[in-house]
Amino acid sequence: MTVLFSVFLLTLLVITAIAAVQSRNLFVSVMLLGIFSLLIAANFLLLDAADVALTEAAVGAGISTVLFLGALALTFEREHRPTPHRWLSLAVVFAATLVVLYATFDKPKFGDPGAPVQVHVAPWYIEKTPEVIDVPNIVTAVLASFRGYDTLGEVFVVFTAGIGVLFLLSASHGHAAQRRPDNGDESKIGLRNDLIPRVVGRLLVPFILLFGLYVQFHGDYGPGGGFQAGALIAAAVILFALVEGEERTLEAIPRGALLALMVSGALLYGLVGVAGIFLGGEFLNYSVLADDPIAGQHLGIILIEAGVGLTVTGVLLSIFHAFAARDRF
Amino acid sequence: MYYVVTIATLVTMALALVRAVLGPTVYDRVLSVNMFGTKTVLLISVIAYLAGRPDFLDLALAYALINFIGVLAVLEFFKSRSARRLQEQSEREDN
Amino acid sequence: MQAVLDIISWLLLTAGGAFVLVGGIGALRMPNLYTRMHAASVTDTVGAILVLGGIMLQAGLTLATIKLAAILLFLLITSPTASYALANAAMIAGVKPEAGRAPDTEHDS
Repeated sequence: MTVLFSVFLLTLLVITAIAAVQSRNLFVSVMLLGIFSLLIAANFLLLDAADVALTEAAVGAGISTVLFLGALALTFEREHRPTPHRWLSLAVVFAATLVVLYATFDKPKFGDPGAPVQVHVAPWYIEKTPEVIDVPNIVTAVLASFRGYDTLGEVFVVFTAGIGVLFLLSASHGHAAQRRPDNGDESKIGLRNDLIPRVVGRLLVPFILLFGLYVQFHGDYGPGGGFQAGALIAAAVILFALVEGEERTLEAIPRGALLALMVSGALLYGLVGVAGIFLGGEFLNYSVLADDPIAGQHLGIILIEAGVGLTVTGVLLSIFHAFAARDRF
Repeated sequence: MYYVVTIATLVTMALALVRAVLGPTVYDRVLSVNMFGTKTVLLISVIAYLAGRPDFLDLALAYALINFIGVLAVLEFFKSRSARRLQEQSEREDN
Repeated sequence: MQAVLDIISWLLLTAGGAFVLVGGIGALRMPNLYTRMHAASVTDTVGAILVLGGIMLQAGLTLATIKLAAILLFLLITSPTASYALANAAMIAGVKPEAGRAPDTEHDS
């Protein structure tokens, strides 16, 4: 029965993707991409992948939409000329799709108990996690401890992306101040002056922040972790910025603080790794961080998840301010 | 027991998608995205119980909040665009 | 006792599913933006109350019930606000509430 639901959702996904690509009005594409993200998160949930679904929910449906709209505000809303039909590239893509489909015939069926991943990889992790790390959520154990190098790389990639965007977009503070039109009548329209969303938004911001903190620290026991928590906390601050305006948000959390968040998260992760070396183990070996190796693993996981959360929050908010401070409001 | 609700929710999601593809104005599409979001929250809650895993309810909560923020951001954007357009129109009428 | 709870929650779930379906059909077939908004938002809220209420009865007195109550509370607060903001934005942009005709598509789409 679950397979039927998955097939149905995937069909809707294909329809959404085709509609999003076909449309010439870019707002419509942004809306449809929001629906795309919701569909794929529901699909991930049907496949039992809760952490991935939560990350897709937090990043795809909320923050990506906001950033796309910020980009659209700076550029044009419609595609300029209709793309001429490119039969050759369509044929190449179609041929490549057929090759990939043919290649999947060799794969083991979904859920096949004899597949190599079920026989070698998964049982090892399921066995070793209670022994070495002892957290109920095996995904977090794998992500944070067994594959800690990969997560270190991810955090640094996010950090680099943030720095790249800041280089490109925030070099024009003066330019943005010139381009902003005279605000006279315009400031009377806009969410800041609309009472109901403003009251509800201000009411909700502390609860979203609290929920973000819950997701951050509950990652050991249920779906959650640093990436999801960072996205949720950034979403809360974005909500505040939507209802209260750009200036008040920058007074509350200045750009310097955002930069400090970005840097301190990545630095924290690296320092935890180096601390492992100083205390006698290898880089990113958490067992030496405390007297009892399991307590050391727990401590290491909490610290690096905190680092991930800090960096993701800082980067997402810096990108939001870089986009939003330009021509709006 | 949960199959009826799941099927109803899935069919409604398909209908909302049709509205998103068809709707003549952009506001129809925003409406359908909002509806889609709340239906996804219900779908996740029901599936979490169907699969016997109540821990997944955190996702539904996150979705309810994120959907709201996304829709407000879209509307704020359209409002500032309308405001700018009205202002340009009034400037053109003055000149 | 368990059987009674099961029957009540089955009724609530089915009623919620019916409302949700009606909302979907309404959003598709209504002639105008504002009427579609009316169909979508009213049935959203009622459907959410019934479906989540039905699941809460199944869950009994556990942590999951508190989470479901939190989800319901947030949906009740945010869904009408989003509909209000949408109607407001559409009104300001000049979409006119005339039935029977697709609204003026010069501004948007």
